Amino acid sequence: MIRVENLVKSFDGRRVLDGVSFTAERSKITVVMGGSGGGKSTLLRCLIGALPIDEGEIWIGEKEIARLSEGEVNEVRKRFGMCFQNGALFNSMTVGENVALPIREHTKLAEHVIRIMVKMKLELVGLRDAENLMPSQISGGMAKRVALARALALDPDIVFYDEPSSGLDPIVSSVIDELMMDLSNKLGITSIVITHELRSAFKIADHMVMLYKGRVAAEGSPEEIQSSQDPIVQQFITGSPEGPVPRRLSSKDYGEDLLYM
Amino acid sequence: MGFAQTAVGQSITRFFEHLSSIYYLFMDTLYWMVAAPLKGHRLRVRATIGQMVEVGVQSLFIVVLISFFLGVILCMQTAYQMERFGATQYVASLVSVAFVRELGPLMTALVITGRVGAAFTAELGTMNVSEEILALETMALNPVRFLIVPRFLAIFIMLPMLTIVADVMGMLGGYIIGVGSLNIPAHLYLKRTFDALVLKDIFSGLLKSFIFAMIIVMIGCYRAFIVEGGAAGVGRSTMISVVHSMVTIIIADLILTAFFYFLL
Repeated sequence: MIRVENLVKSFDGRRVLDGVSFTAERSKITVVMGGSGGGKSTLLRCLIGALPIDEGEIWIGEKEIARLSEGEVNEVRKRFGMCFQNGALFNSMTVGENVALPIREHTKLAEHVIRIMVKMKLELVGLRDAENLMPSQISGGMAKRVALARALALDPDIVFYDEPSSGLDPIVSSVIDELMMDLSNKLGITSIVITHELRSAFKIADHMVMLYKGRVAAEGSPEEIQSSQDPIVQQFITGSPEGPVPRRLSSKDYGEDLLYM
Repeated sequence: MGFAQTAVGQSITRFFEHLSSIYYLFMDTLYWMVAAPLKGHRLRVRATIGQMVEVGVQSLFIVVLISFFLGVILCMQTAYQMERFGATQYVASLVSVAFVRELGPLMTALVITGRVGAAFTAELGTMNVSEEILALETMALNPVRFLIVPRFLAIFIMLPMLTIVADVMGMLGGYIIGVGSLNIPAHLYLKRTFDALVLKDIFSGLLKSFIFAMIIVMIGCYRAFIVEGGAAGVGRSTMISVVHSMVTIIIADLILTAFFYFLL
C-alpha cells in the first residue's frame, strides 16, 4: 500500500533521512519508532507530500507522490487522514466545525447529512458532547481525539498518526490504541503510527520500523523486534541509558570544549 | 570572498529572495481568487465577510478618530501660515486636497497596517507554528485559497472604503476649525473645499489605497507563512511584517505620487 524506497532528505546539508526504505501493508498498522530527533516527523511530512524529498521514491498505492503535481497530490490526500501530535485543530472553529470542514469542502452533501456524519465521527472517539465547544475549551487529550475524528471524516484509506498516545493518561491512551486497532481490523484502514511509546507500539503494531540516525535500524513483526539482538534496538526497548546510543548529543569532546572557551 | 558572501551581499540576496517569494505568493493568490473560482473552486464568501467585518467595521472607529483629529490639526497648522498672507479661506482647499490625495490613503493604510496587518501575521503565524496550516494541506485544502484569499478580498474592498471615510472625516475636522475658529463663512469653506478637488485627486487617492491594501495583506500573510521558531518567531515576524509594510507603503506612495505629479 505504502512503499518508501531509499528516501533521502537533508536540511542545511544535514541528512535527516539517509536512505530509508520500508513497506506498509494494506489494512495493517505499521509503527515507526525511534528516539527524538531520529527523523520520524520528517519522514511523516515527506509521506504526506508536505516536504519535497531529495532522493528516493514514495509510493502510495499506485502513485509516486514526489513526482505528482500539486493537484494530483491533493487527489491522493483526499484518501488520507492525518492525526497531528497536538491536534492542530483550527482555533477559530468549534469542534464540530473542525470535523465538518473536510466534508464540507470536498463533498456536496447536504448540511443535515454533514451534521449526522460529524456526530458519528465524534461518537467514534467518544466526544459527542464536545461538538459545540471551542478547541481552547477542551483538554489536550480531547483535542487529539477530535483530531482523529477529523482525520476520519472522509472515511480515508490511510491514516497517519503523529505520536497519538504521547501526553495522554493511560486510560485514554488505551482507548486510542483500541480505536486504531478497530479501524484497521474492521474498516481495513492502513495506518502509519509514529511513536516512541513502547507499550502502545508493541500492542498495536502488525509491523515495526525502527529509525536511528535517519536509517532503518531494524524492521519486522513486534516479536522479531522484541527478540532482535541488535544492540541499538535492545537499548531502545529496555530504555537503558548505557549502550550504543550516546546519552549526550554534543559533538565535541567536553574537555576540549572547556579548554578553548 | 565574493560580494554575495559578505553581510551586505547576503542581505541583498535575502531581500530579492523575499521579493520573489512574495511575487509568487501574490500570483498564487490571484489564481485562487480569479481563475480557480471559474473552475469550480468556490470562493469562501462567509469567511470573506467575516474578515471584512474585522478589517472594515472593527477599524472604523480608530480611522474616524485619527482622521478627524488630523483634519483639525492640519487646519490649525496651515491657518497659522495662511493668516500671514490673508488667505485663510484657502485652508479649506488645502485640507481637502491634502486629505484626498495623500493623508487619507496614507494614514488609513498605516493605521490598518498596525491593526490588521499585524493581526494577519500573528494569527496565521500561530496557525503555522501549531501545524494548522500543515493540517489544511493534508486535508487537500490549499492554504492560499483558504486563508489568504478571504483576507485579500476583505482588505482590498474595505481599505478604500475606510479611506473615503477618512477623507470625509478629515475635511469635517477642518470644517469645524475653519468655520468655528477661523471665522470662514460656512458656504465659502464648502465652496473652497469642493472647488479645489478634481476627479484626478479622488482617483489617485483611491488607487493608492488599493495598492496599499495589497501591500499590507501580501507582506502580512507572507511573513506568517515563513514563521519559524514558535511563539518568539511569531512575535518577531509580526514586528517585521509591520515595519516592512510601513516602509513599503511609504515607498509605493512616493512612486505613485511622483507618477501622478510628473506624468498625469
